[in-house]
Amino acid sequence: MSTSTIAVAMSGGVDSSTVAAMLRAEGYNVIGLTMQLWNQRRLAGREGMPEQVHGRCCSLDDVYDARRVAQQIGIPYYVVNHEDRFERDVVRPFVEEYLSGRTPIPCSLCNNHLKFDQLITVARQIGAERVATGHYARVAYDEASGRWLLKRPADLSKDQTYFLFGLTQEQLSRTQFPLGDMTKPEVRELAHKHGLAIAEKPDSQEICFVPGGDYKRFIDAYLAEQGESLPDTAGQLVTTNGEVVGEHSGIHNFTVGQRKGLGVATGSPLYVIQISGANKRVVVGGDEHLYSRTLRAERINLISIDQLRGPMRVAVKIRHRHEPAPAVIERLTHERAGEAEILVTFDEPQRAITPGQAAVFYEGEVVVGGGWIA
Amino acid sequence: MHRVYLDNNATTPLLPEVFEAMRPYFGESFGNASSIHHHGQETRAAVENARESVAKLLGCAAAEVIFTSGGTEGDNLAIAGLVNSGDHVITSSIEHHAVLHAAKHLEEMGCQVTVLPVDGRCLIDPRDVRRALRPKTKLVSIMMANNETGVVQPVEEIGKIAAEAGVLFHTDAVQAAGKVPIDVKKIGCHALTISGHKLHGPQGTGVLYLKKGTELRPLFYGGRHERSRRAGTENVPGIVGLGKAAELATAALVRGDDKKMASMRDRLQRGILAQVEEAGVNGDAAARVPNTTNIRFDHVEGESLVIALDLRGLAVSTGAACSSGAIEPSHVLIAMGLRAEQARASIRFSLGKQTREEDINFGLSVVLETVRRLRELSPRYKKQAVST
Repeated sequence: MSTSTIAVAMSGGVDSSTVAAMLRAEGYNVIGLTMQLWNQRRLAGREGMPEQVHGRCCSLDDVYDARRVAQQIGIPYYVVNHEDRFERDVVRPFVEEYLSGRTPIPCSLCNNHLKFDQLITVARQIGAERVATGHYARVAYDEASGRWLLKRPADLSKDQTYFLFGLTQEQLSRTQFPLGDMTKPEVRELAHKHGLAIAEKPDSQEICFVPGGDYKRFIDAYLAEQGESLPDTAGQLVTTNGEVVGEHSGIHNFTVGQRKGLGVATGSPLYVIQISGANKRVVVGGDEHLYSRTLRAERINLISIDQLRGPMRVAVKIRHRHEPAPAVIERLTHERAGEAEILVTFDEPQRAITPGQAAVFYEGEVVVGGGWIA
Repeated sequence: MHRVYLDNNATTPLLPEVFEAMRPYFGESFGNASSIHHHGQETRAAVENARESVAKLLGCAAAEVIFTSGGTEGDNLAIAGLVNSGDHVITSSIEHHAVLHAAKHLEEMGCQVTVLPVDGRCLIDPRDVRRALRPKTKLVSIMMANNETGVVQPVEEIGKIAAEAGVLFHTDAVQAAGKVPIDVKKIGCHALTISGHKLHGPQGTGVLYLKKGTELRPLFYGGRHERSRRAGTENVPGIVGLGKAAELATAALVRGDDKKMASMRDRLQRGILAQVEEAGVNGDAAARVPNTTNIRFDHVEGESLVIALDLRGLAVSTGAACSSGAIEPSHVLIAMGLRAEQARASIRFSLGKQTREEDINFGLSVVLETVRRLRELSPRYKKQAVST
């Protein structure tokens, strides 16, 4: 039993609602917080975006659900607005990454800047020294190294550690993931036991601010709303030999490994191999060209170790839905001032390594750290 | 938890006498005030007694009092009811959203609306009203006291200008009623809105004063209630409560209770300014209603401050009440010239008739302690401290 004060980030979904109920039952002094991050009505109806958005994170429905859960379990509940910061640190970079030919992961940026930076700041301001979320992950303090560790959860099918690689020691020291040892079915069962009305609410799978998952439509609508024109990144489709085989209307329409929408018909399947922001070229090729044994990761965050001194054996994930692949990581000798880069060399060639995604390094269930694929 | 309520501009608790006055009308005296039988006669009498109490508070005739469901309805009724398509309306940038949005809607219905600015003191310049007049001006709507800063507007001067120009004058007196004396003849208004729950009466009640002879298009059709200006079965318990609250407010003003209120407000204000650095009052350069002070705490996130204070038992607010995490900083503070981050760092303290000296003491200690902690945690504040 603890009487310390803890803030729970509540999205109105099953996971975070169950966390709030669990901690309350354990005797914590729980404060429920919803971070209002994106106004779902902002782009409604623009450039083909849906007119009504219901049941997406930050929609009135979700705030209502979170509030009702808080009322049901008897905890104070507040909505805190950080739309400005979310737009600046997540949405803008999302658009700019695509326009530069990379495939972004907004969820990681949100975790770094909003869920674990802004949330912890607000929590401390209102008197809660710790926060808890519904992420499927585990935090543990390792006496031997004196470091806070981030580990994979019991339910690997829900593992969200890929999106949490950017967490700092300070942030981890203030965070709890009560669902880390549970499976999703167990969480739903617990939600039912607590009598939570949202126990059967479906999980949201997509990017919270892109309803329906159509990111191209989102980019069009967002830029139009900002009064900016879509930069002209139209250019050529070329093969790996440099032979021009077609035209494209904008590099943000593509992602590495993509097969559809190339507008080029040949005998065998063609995939996007590489996107060049600089010369607006999209390189296409056969499946065999999608494989690579190395990648360079930049803007590294290390968790279980403080520095990478020599080559290290790890398993690396290059996207969320990917089985960690055995590899060796080592610090690259040439560094930009103050910024380390890591070279990842896989035992086996990996398919569709995508700039903009994260490379996250695991040692068993422990997250060693990670960086952004250059 | 010991709780102190300093958000009376959002709503006020019922005074015990108000609740007592209402009680029979939830029980044995339940008749529809329009029924001709005994039960109706009984509640009709109660409604008319309440009407007379309100008339006394406003300095008007009982027949000029229209009972409504509150301030928002009163504002909407006045604006929609006094204006026709093609008319021009003059209002101000610091009005409550009920007035601003009702006026915005008029634009969609073919009217023109001029929104006048305020100066850094949160005051309308009556000369701006005169300058904005046009041949097609039908209505001027300017509030009597602002809900966020408490600043009292020069309504009597505006009333004179409207009279000279032959234009109707409506004033939203929701935050003024019960705090400062109101005399509709002195103000020279044709319409005036008050709300029951801002003067220790029940929520869901209010009055629109309408000067005799002023034509009004009703919002609600369906009956001849309120002399055919507002259809709908009377909310008898509510109206009785409002009448009692009005009666108590009149007596309190006569007694000079507002002076005691002002001195408590001033003590809170002085205490905060004396002990908290980089804090300033928004709106103390003009006359204010006696219960309100809006204070800016630089380098502090107002939203976090309100939450932190609530968790310590002190209830206050940042501008108008809203629970959905609205992003816009107070339009009133912005209209006064504050930057967005200053507006977001501002808190409104508003006292009520139930507020005691101990409450002020509690407020002072909690505010001091909480602002101090927030500033310790604020990266912006540290940066400021280092650079100076």
